[in-house]
Amino acid sequence: MSQISELKKLYSKGKARKLITLFSFFIALVVAAVASVSVGAGSPRLAEAIHVIMAKLFPFLNLAPASRLTQIIILDLRLPRVILAVIAGAALAASGTLMQAALRNPLVSPYILGVSSAAGFGAALFIVLGISTVMFFKSYFIVANAFIFSVVAMLIVYGIARIRGITAESIILAGVAVGYLFSALLSLIQFIAPASDAVRAVVFWLLGGLSTANWSNLTIILPMAFAAIALMMLYSWDLNVLSLGEEAATSLGVNPRSILIASIVLSAWATASIISFTGVIGFVDLISPHIARIVIGSDHRFQLPCSALIGALLLLCADTTARVLLAPAEIPVGIVTSLMGVPFFLYLLMSRRRQIWR
Amino acid sequence: MALKLQINKLSFVYGNFKALKDVLFEVDRCEFLGVVGPNGSGKSTLLKCIGRILKPEKNAVLIDDCDVTKINLKSLAKVMGYVPQRSESVFPFTVFDIVLMGRKPYIHWTVSDDDCRIAIEALKYLGLEDLATRHFNELSGGEQQKVIIARALAQQPRILLFDEPTTYLDIRHQLEILDLLKHLTTTKQCTVIVAMHDLNLASRYADRILMLKKGSIYALGPPETVLSEENIADVYGIKVHVTRTILGAMQIMPVEPVGTHYRRSEVPIKSPPKQLVGP
Repeated sequence: MSQISELKKLYSKGKARKLITLFSFFIALVVAAVASVSVGAGSPRLAEAIHVIMAKLFPFLNLAPASRLTQIIILDLRLPRVILAVIAGAALAASGTLMQAALRNPLVSPYILGVSSAAGFGAALFIVLGISTVMFFKSYFIVANAFIFSVVAMLIVYGIARIRGITAESIILAGVAVGYLFSALLSLIQFIAPASDAVRAVVFWLLGGLSTANWSNLTIILPMAFAAIALMMLYSWDLNVLSLGEEAATSLGVNPRSILIASIVLSAWATASIISFTGVIGFVDLISPHIARIVIGSDHRFQLPCSALIGALLLLCADTTARVLLAPAEIPVGIVTSLMGVPFFLYLLMSRRRQIWR
Repeated sequence: MALKLQINKLSFVYGNFKALKDVLFEVDRCEFLGVVGPNGSGKSTLLKCIGRILKPEKNAVLIDDCDVTKINLKSLAKVMGYVPQRSESVFPFTVFDIVLMGRKPYIHWTVSDDDCRIAIEALKYLGLEDLATRHFNELSGGEQQKVIIARALAQQPRILLFDEPTTYLDIRHQLEILDLLKHLTTTKQCTVIVAMHDLNLASRYADRILMLKKGSIYALGPPETVLSEENIADVYGIKVHVTRTILGAMQIMPVEPVGTHYRRSEVPIKSPPKQLVGP
């Protein structure tokens, strides 16, 4: 009997430790966000930034209004960008976790579904040839194209997998094939593009970046990404069970096919809703799940939110560096993400001796 | 409490290969049923059909007169557990995490005190308390098999299916695990169906033996009658001597394959080196 309570205590202790880890990452993210709002081209610093945000959030405090310029820089330029970095990082990382867990493969990311290549193709289709899939919302032509082609890529992958039988292998293989197809089409468009300006615009879009952040974009991105992450959380237990194989999952009452389908739909949706606005941002989705697994373990009830927080933190730090380092010029965020993320990941990889995956 | 299990003319086809043909039998409550037969005779397919890992035809597998294809997977997981030959986790989980997964059919989101207690009891039953915080992938094959059995027990099933549970284990673990399965049938009111390769172990533990040949039932009954020299010769194509040990237990000694083009005595066997140290 004593041993039962002992083991129980051990379990609740482990759980508490994981919750504390999650909370620490959350605090770190808030601190990083505030710091990020206070740096960049233009003058406003920490105190002013906090002042402006407080005045906006709590109008009843009757704080003295800051200058018009300061308000614009903080509220309309830096804040949306910080929020976009956080939600983009979180959604991409969560999608990566979902894909890796559902396909039981540590090397996959939403990229494997061909989502990114398809989005790039959609964007290029409009930038170079002026072909749009929607007739209205003129300012969202590129975004709509990218999103729609991402969804098309996912549907093709799903269709192929359905014919072959929905298993991790068939989805990975179909995804790789569809990814190659769309990158070939993308190269073709770049090759036949007449104007070099258009080609440059495509390359710029493909590099990805958060400079498109503004409030009207965020009102579309935030609900889409949040809903996706929340739905992903609901599958935590199923993902845990699936990690021991499809047969084991079935014998525990989980239908692996429905989990696989839900996973590809949710991660393609989350990824597409981000990268259609930001362009292709890679790496965060692949690496954040691994970092989370190292610091918090594989139980997806904790690993998924942890991965999202780490992704948010990673992308926020990278984007802040990207816009501050050579201000007023900007380094493409993808370059900074890898340059910052890889050493951190390698450090964790080498400092922990436990096996992380097999 | 034990459930009645009927297999009613079960057939199963992979593509155009008929893995099971009209298999018809009933399993007694709290029975240890050993399933034997050569590779490809349909042992695993039979277990997977019963466990609903493969989808059998309608009304082919009945639990308490209820068609398994009509029961949802989650409810089924509360009465039936399945232990594969070997399990591997891609990502690191602790032993306790894995055993707790056995509570999945009962858990929505939070782990209740009851779930925790049942998982711990399953760990204790297998004697794995000290490994609770170890990582599953770092354990030996025998320990891993025990963890998976503990997980199946945490489901609190009435029927347990084992697909060659001792294939990768050393002799001690083989006996330990089969003793444990026997114990489940006598004290925990579980019905246990085990696919086995080792005929001696099968004869020693099983109440009845189901012998499969090319997807059909060849024989079903107590080990003494099913595991006869003639049956084994016919099903496995090997000549055996069935004898009794001093204690009266059956002993099956394989002699040679029947009908191969070479004789056993002619197979060259490497002789040991005459001198280990040179002059």
